[in-house]
Formats: sequence, C-alpha cells, structure tokens
Amino acid sequence: MALVLTEEQSMLRDSARGLISDKAPVSHLRSLRDSKDPTGFSKELWHSFAEMGFAGLLVPEEFGGSGLGFMEAGVVMEEIGRTLMPSPFLATSVVAASALNRGGNAAQKSEYLPKISNGSLLATLAVDEGAKHRPLQTNLQAVRAGNGFKLSGAKALVVDGHVADLFIAAARTSGSAGEREGLTLFLVNPQAKGVSIERTIMVDAHNAARIELANVEVNADSVLGEVDQGAALLDGVLDIGRGAVAAEMVGLSEEVFNRTVEHLKNRKQFGKLIGEFQALQHRAAELYVDIEITRAATMKALQALDTDVAKAASSVAVAKARAGTTATRAVQEGVQMHGGMGMTDQFDIGFFMKRARVCEELFGDANYHTEQLARARGY
Amino acid sequence: MSVTENVDLEQFRNETRAWLEANCPPEMRKPATSDADVFWGGRNTKFASEPQRIWFERMRDKGWTVPDWPREYGGGGLSAAEHKVLRAEMAKIGARPPLSSFGIWMLGPALLKYGNDAQKKEHLPKIAAGLIRWCQGYSEPNAGSDLASLQTRAESDGDDFVITGSKIWTSYANYADWIFCLVRTDSAAKKHDGISFILFDMTSKGVTTKPILLISGYSPFCETFFDGVRVPKSHVVGTVNRGWDVAKYLLQHERAMISGMGERGVGRPLGQIAADSVGSDAQGKLDDSMLRGRIASFDVDEAALAACAERAVDLAKAGQAHPAFSSAMKYYGTELNKRRYEILMSAGGVDALEWESERSRQGARPRAWLRTKANSIEGGTTEVMLGIVAKRILDLPGA
Repeated sequence: MALVLTEEQSMLRDSARGLISDKAPVSHLRSLRDSKDPTGFSKELWHSFAEMGFAGLLVPEEFGGSGLGFMEAGVVMEEIGRTLMPSPFLATSVVAASALNRGGNAAQKSEYLPKISNGSLLATLAVDEGAKHRPLQTNLQAVRAGNGFKLSGAKALVVDGHVADLFIAAARTSGSAGEREGLTLFLVNPQAKGVSIERTIMVDAHNAARIELANVEVNADSVLGEVDQGAALLDGVLDIGRGAVAAEMVGLSEEVFNRTVEHLKNRKQFGKLIGEFQALQHRAAELYVDIEITRAATMKALQALDTDVAKAASSVAVAKARAGTTATRAVQEGVQMHGGMGMTDQFDIGFFMKRARVCEELFGDANYHTEQLARARGY
Repeated sequence: MSVTENVDLEQFRNETRAWLEANCPPEMRKPATSDADVFWGGRNTKFASEPQRIWFERMRDKGWTVPDWPREYGGGGLSAAEHKVLRAEMAKIGARPPLSSFGIWMLGPALLKYGNDAQKKEHLPKIAAGLIRWCQGYSEPNAGSDLASLQTRAESDGDDFVITGSKIWTSYANYADWIFCLVRTDSAAKKHDGISFILFDMTSKGVTTKPILLISGYSPFCETFFDGVRVPKSHVVGTVNRGWDVAKYLLQHERAMISGMGERGVGRPLGQIAADSVGSDAQGKLDDSMLRGRIASFDVDEAALAACAERAVDLAKAGQAHPAFSSAMKYYGTELNKRRYEILMSAGGVDALEWESERSRQGARPRAWLRTKANSIEGGTTEVMLGIVAKRILDLPGA
C-alpha cells in the first residue's frame, strides 16, 4: 500500500472539504461559542454528514454504514481539523462505532450501529479519570449485583458527554488501578438513575463533560466484550481514536501553516515583505518539513490500523507523539509570526492554538506516546 | 494497483526472499562497522573478505547492484514497486548493500537522464559491475554554499577542453578512477549559465590529489588539482554551458542519499545500545531517565522520517513529488543523524572517548560521531536546504 491517497480517497477528501469549508468555516465554531450553543455543534450539519455516509463511515454496510477504513476516517478528520468544525464524528463515528463494531455482540451491533450510521445516536467513550490520560489507572468500580453490575466513580474529558445517548465506560471489575487485568467496558444509558453530567466549557469551545456514576445499575447485557478482559479492546479503540486525532492535528497544523505563510507574503515591515527575512524563512521551512514528516507518520499509522489494529500500537504512538509536538509548534509559530494580531480574539489563529492544546491531551500527549514507544522497544 | 499486479508482486516477494536467504552470506547480514566493510569497487579495489566478494558477485550477476536500472546497462530492470520489495526484504535480514558507489547514487541517475547513448553504454555497465570508482568534483575553495561561483576553467582547444583549477572536499578522490566535474566553459556568461558537466579519467596528465585530514582523524576528502588536463569535448554530459541543470539534478540524488543516513532503523534499538553502558533499573528501564527521554524522542522522529522517506518514493511514483523535496529530507535526515551520534556519545560515556585501542575498534564511535558533523554541510548546508525549501516549495519572496 502506497502512502499516497488513492483516487477514491481524494474524492472523499474533496467532498468532505467542500461541505466543511462551505458550511463550517472557523466562523461556525466562533458563533457556537459566542452564542453559548447548548448542543455545541450543528445538528443540521450532522444530518448532512449522515446523508453523505460520513456518520457511518467505519460501520459495516450490513449495519447501514459505508464500510470504509481508518485511512478514510483520517481523511475526514484532517478536513475537520482545517476548520475546527465541532462534530460528533470523532466520538461517535470513529471511537464509539469502533468500540461497538470490534467488541459488540450481534445484538449490540444491530441495536446501535444502524443508529450511528443514520445519525440518530450519539455515543462516546468515557475513559480518563485523572488529569492525564492513563487508561490502566481506571478506577471506576463495577461490582456484581444480581444479574448485572453497579457502577460507581467519575470520568473526565468525556467528549460530547452532555449530548450523548450512550456512554461506553471503562470500569474496573477486578484488580486495582494500574493493572491490565480486570478492565471491562460497559454500555451505560446517560439517563439511568445515578448518572450526573456536568458539561465542561473547554478552552477550545468543543464539547466535553465530567460525569459521575453513583451506584448506577446496568444489566449483564451491557458488557461490551468480555468481563475483566477489556484492556485489549480498549487499547485498540484508543489507538483508533489516537490515529484520528493525529489526522485532525495534521489538518490543523497545515491550515495554520498555510495562513502563516500567506501572512509572510503579504505583511510589510521595514519596507519589505516580512517573508523576505531569512530568520522567518528558515523557521517556516523547518515547520513545513515537520508537518510533512508528521503527515507521513500519521498516514503510516492509519495504514497500520487498517492492516491490523492489534499490531498498530507503535506506529500510532509515533504519529500521536509527532502530531502533538508538530501542532504545538505550528500554532506557536502561527501566533508569533502574526504578531499582535495573532493575540486578538477577533483573529482566528487563536482558535487553532486552543484546539491544538486539547487535541494534545486527548488520548495521551506526546510524552505519554513517546514513553509507550520506549517501553515497546524495551529500554 | 490491480489484483494481478498484487499477485505478481507477492510472487516476486517470495522469490526474492528465497533467493536472498540462499545467496546472502551470514557475514553480510551484520551491520557494517568500519569503512573496510563497505565495498566501493574500482580498478584497484580489493575485497576485504571472501563473503564480501561472493555477495557482491551474486548481486552483480542479478543486476541488483543497481536494481532499478535498465537491464541493458547492467541493472535489474525492476519496477519501483519491485525495488521497494527488494529493499524491504534486504532490510529484513540486515543484508548490506553489495556495492557502494557515487556512480550508483549520483552519476548514474544523471547519466540516465542527460547522457547520450554512447556515454550511457560506456559508463553505466562499468558502474553496475563495480569496475570504475567515481568521485565528484563540485566544491572549490571559494565556491562552497555558493557552488555556482566555481572558477575551474575549461578552455576550448580543437576537439578538447583544457582544464585548470582546483576542487576541494572531493570524496575519496585519491581512490577514484574517474571524476564527474563542474567546470566553467564560459567566463563571460552569468554564473549559472557558463558551467559544463564533464567526465574524465583521474589518471590523466595534470591531475593530482591531496587528502585532507579531518577532525575524525580520517581523510575521506581530498583537494584535487587540475593543471592543463586535456579532456575530449565528447565527455561533456548534456549541453555545453548547461551543466548547472545536470548538477542540480544530481544534487537531488546526492541529498536523497545523505538524508538516508538518518534512517538506519535496522539493527538494535538505540535504547538497548545505551543500556549496555548505562545500565537498566529493576523494571528494565534505562538507568538515566533524561537520556531515555532523549532516545525515545529520537526514535519517534526517526520512525516518522522513515515514513516520510517511504512516502517520498510513493509520491514520486505517483508523479506528485515536488522536485525540491529532497532538500527537505536532506536537512532533516542529517540533523537527525547528528542527534543520533550525540546520543551515542552520551550513552557511551568514557568508553566512547577512546581514540586508539582494539577495544574501541580504533575509536570507531568518536570518529563516526565527528564525521556526522559534516552531514549538514556536505551536499548543501542545512541553511542552504532551508533556503531552498522556503523559496522553491513555500514560494517565499526574496533573492
């Protein structure tokens, strides 16, 4: 498989870009933020996404989806990154759909996947509990009770948590925090008794929530995958999410970079275009190379996920680590090279900086993934 | 790619794997540790070992010293996809390149594009068979980063040019049989327009070389002097006074080659090499957490660069590559290689400081470390590469 887009993937990119740049430029995010929109995204746009087959992009055709792969999901995520469009695509169509498709039994798949495909169900993975992404530290307790379980604990950074129709929560059925053994994924109804949800307004004006579960009762059918053996399923689903967020960060980085280079070609100071100054030229060139390398690493990771999710961990770690450092560098250079204008809220560049910071934390930052690579290589 | 192409490629992969397994001597599956492990070919060459000879001859007979060159010039005639498979299968068993040569990396691609029929038939098969070793006459004492200001003169005299001047940083000129050289054939023209690309025998009357001792204690480069060297005009590649086109095309290949120095993913992970000298804690983690972090960051960047190199090949194949992208790769690959050796020196500690001893293989590590400092200078400095990216790819304004 070549690390270039196929003709079909290029067409998918063009249609995603057409819709997103037309209906959801950065001003779309700005107006959702300024109006304190209760949903946090456009339902109308989400229906368009479903109609175009994006909502069920990863869902097999037998469940009403498009049956495409992670490379294609990455193509859409990259376009989302270019305009920072708030969308349930990441939480519902990439992460939750993958969790259900990979871990679900026949009944669970046929109940939820068609609804994800037609855009009528929003779902999200609830994994993080502390300030940093540490999936094995999961401590939400799931205790057997009658025919089912009782869940107690708290989750943070649950993307789309306040609008989701379904939580997929990582919980501990045995063992203790830090252990791989004893993790189980549960399907939880946000309306269930004992669930409390606090929408957290985040720096990037994208959806997130903290949720608390107090003796929430779920039945045995709510287990996704196998009891105590959820770590492998969770690893795979998280790697899929990481690959997707890396792709979003590539789109974000490139957009900031393009805007910055345009600025260098138009802004005059000291009687010259500032792009004539070698100090800025070299910084721009270094950033360009960083982005190209990160793009290749991200494509490599998405390709590895398409080949075998279980063997993609190292490629994904490389991509997410690189995407984090590259996007961080891109937005910092973007603001710096735009000068004072870059610091104003009126100017869009700050939105990219804020989103990059959130993407960096989502599913593990560059330090986390660099550490994972070191462990995988045995030193 | 069609289904039949895929099937053919899988068959090629299986055949290649089996052939390499049967034909690559075990000694040639270990990383090269010194210059003697590298076979450069040429008139005066000797093989360092019997396995080196066997491996070279078997690969030569298959055309796999230059797998993607046409068969008529001694190449393997492989498609880009097959060549990628061969490289991957060789990397999998750690097989060394059977022949290293500036003829393969630099002159060959330029001759394939700009050479006439006679030149291709004369020179390419001898490169493929390792019979002639080439060197590159580009830089001059007063023409480094500003290469196009070179002053070595070639004056017309009947059917010949008479060449006078000097070159510097001529890699292995003292071992080379022939040189590909940039000379000024029109001193009145603008600096880029009066240059020709010419080939001649290093045993010609008037050629002398003098090795330059480097900080590594080695002399891989020479000063090369031309005093009235007579060269037939038929040895000009491409058009007279249009040599800069050839030079630039060749530089892209040179930069691609040098950038490859940063992505030696095969062999033991850097972290494990470091563990030999630094030690590990009870959990198996390197016993120097800051060094461990630096190595891990390096590994991330190295793996990402390898993906980018792979993508660059795929883009070229798809006709989507930017011609100046090799400058981007050259900049990053060489800076990364310098990082690798800074890490190796730090990991090696006192052991990496020995300059002369059997134990240190005559100071192999510190000498290699010092050698890498040239990577971001030779073939165009990092600063020149960034300038090319800024102007040719990003289209930023200015000279």
